Amino acid sequence: MSKSITAKDLNVYYGDFLAVEGVNIEIAARSVTAFIGPSGCGKTTFLRSLNRMHEVLPGARVEGQLLLDDDNIYGPGVDPVTVRSMVGMVFQRPNPFPTMSIRENVLAGYKLNGARMSKSQADDIVEGALHGANLWNEVKDRLDKPGSGLSGGQQQRLCIARTVAVKPEVILMDEPCSALDPISTLAIEDLISELQQEYTIVIVTHNMQQAARVSQKTAFFNIAGTGKPGKMIEYAETSTIFNNPSNQQTERYVSGKFG
Amino acid sequence: MTSPGESHSPAKPTDQSGRQEPGTNALTSADSGGVMGDRVFSGVALLSGVAILVTLAFVAIFLSFNSVGAVYREEEGLILQQFLEYAYPLVIGTLIASLIALVLATPVAVGVALYISHFSPPRLSKSIGYLIDLLAAIPSVVYGAWGMSFLGPALVPVYGWLHQNLGFIPLFAGNPSQTGRTIFTAGVVLAVMILPIITSVCREIFIQTPKLHEEAALALGATRWEMITMAVFPFARAGIISGVMLGLGRALGETMAVALVLSPGLLTASLISSGNSTIPAEIALGFPEAPPGSVRQAQLIAIGLVLFIITLIVNMTARWIVNRHKEFSGAN
Repeated sequence: MSKSITAKDLNVYYGDFLAVEGVNIEIAARSVTAFIGPSGCGKTTFLRSLNRMHEVLPGARVEGQLLLDDDNIYGPGVDPVTVRSMVGMVFQRPNPFPTMSIRENVLAGYKLNGARMSKSQADDIVEGALHGANLWNEVKDRLDKPGSGLSGGQQQRLCIARTVAVKPEVILMDEPCSALDPISTLAIEDLISELQQEYTIVIVTHNMQQAARVSQKTAFFNIAGTGKPGKMIEYAETSTIFNNPSNQQTERYVSGKFG
Repeated sequence: MTSPGESHSPAKPTDQSGRQEPGTNALTSADSGGVMGDRVFSGVALLSGVAILVTLAFVAIFLSFNSVGAVYREEEGLILQQFLEYAYPLVIGTLIASLIALVLATPVAVGVALYISHFSPPRLSKSIGYLIDLLAAIPSVVYGAWGMSFLGPALVPVYGWLHQNLGFIPLFAGNPSQTGRTIFTAGVVLAVMILPIITSVCREIFIQTPKLHEEAALALGATRWEMITMAVFPFARAGIISGVMLGLGRALGETMAVALVLSPGLLTASLISSGNSTIPAEIALGFPEAPPGSVRQAQLIAIGLVLFIITLIVNMTARWIVNRHKEFSGAN
């Protein structure tokens, strides 16, 4: 499991507006890659193009190639539904399904595949996924309670469990800790470094310390001005980006001079 | 229906008097205008709440008072049995017609609402919305005329076919009506009439589905339809039920259309032969011929009271269904 991602000259459009221009990036399997940059620079847009989620908005489209190992996810005849079941996503705000119990939430994605499973199989999946998300011990006695009754940090880990349960190749995280307190953030960060053993993880974050803590490689995005497309300025080892960036914009951003 | 007006009033005075300590507290005098506005608003809210209750009470009292004659007569004493024998075919007829209307209208309404909220291009969805709302603007007497002179005759061959092929089912037994003015036709007309209200309630609630949950489903690899069953329907459940209940309320009480379409008769299980009647139609057809103060009038008012109670039960059941799953509603 876990695949690499390669973008070749990727342009992302909203209608006629070019939001992200000319991204070339190679993300290795079983690694954590962080996207940093000021607001509106296109890092979330680019992240959402990695599992074709940006297409949910009318008029959004992509030019260029995006390879999952060797397969272009924008190739002709590729169903976005298939792509999304291989490339999972965790959102900025925890979004467990409010009408479902914790258990049902974990199984939600799994059930989509239509696979019939016995109760014990389902139990195994639930336990495995919740263990994987470091949530099992906190919720094992109330699996039938609604997921929306958990704390924010627990909800976010429930969402990660839900994503992990479908055994994706890649997990995308869009500022997964921005709505959480420091302790919950720490729990998620620990989880990320564990998940990296099995999955390719791409995380967008506004918190540069977080990027430094969790990722091996970091990509810095920036925008020349409003109405201009966002671009990937620099992509390198995380330590290089933070200690010895080659680009001046990156240097100014990571040292807190703007953004 | 009852609490909002009252529940505010007791909290208010204590809140005020608690702060009325004499002295030089700088916080006491500030913003008296705001306090005034607050009081006025809570007064108005209380008044509206009370007004509804009073109106309801008057209707209930009027109905109960005037229907006494139907269940009690000085010479014979309590004649509840006799009244029930008169009322129950009408109650069942009303329920059958409304049920047919609901069964036909709900799936269509939910489908149309879904199309408007999640499938159609934005510009088209607006015009479809207007068209559906337009259905609500047609007077019920027009629907009645349409049902009587167009829909009924058009359904005659259908009834003939149903009788021939499915005649062994009691619903389609009996002589198929030659005019098409049956309880089923009335149900279809009612379905068209309640379509707009159910559709617009459903549409409103579908549109409000949080993007967050829709995207959660899509990101798990759900198709559009799976996303709708995972995120939209569970979120909209209470709203759909309210919409359906509003529609049911209208169907139960609809008078003119049913009175025109249906050629009333005795209670029969057959949907395709003439017969059956509904409470509102019975009242509308019978009232002009019932002399004021007569037993007949009391009887008609009494079945009106029965309809009132049925509607009340329907609404309370709906509320109960909606509340039963409160924990999972996402409101917490």
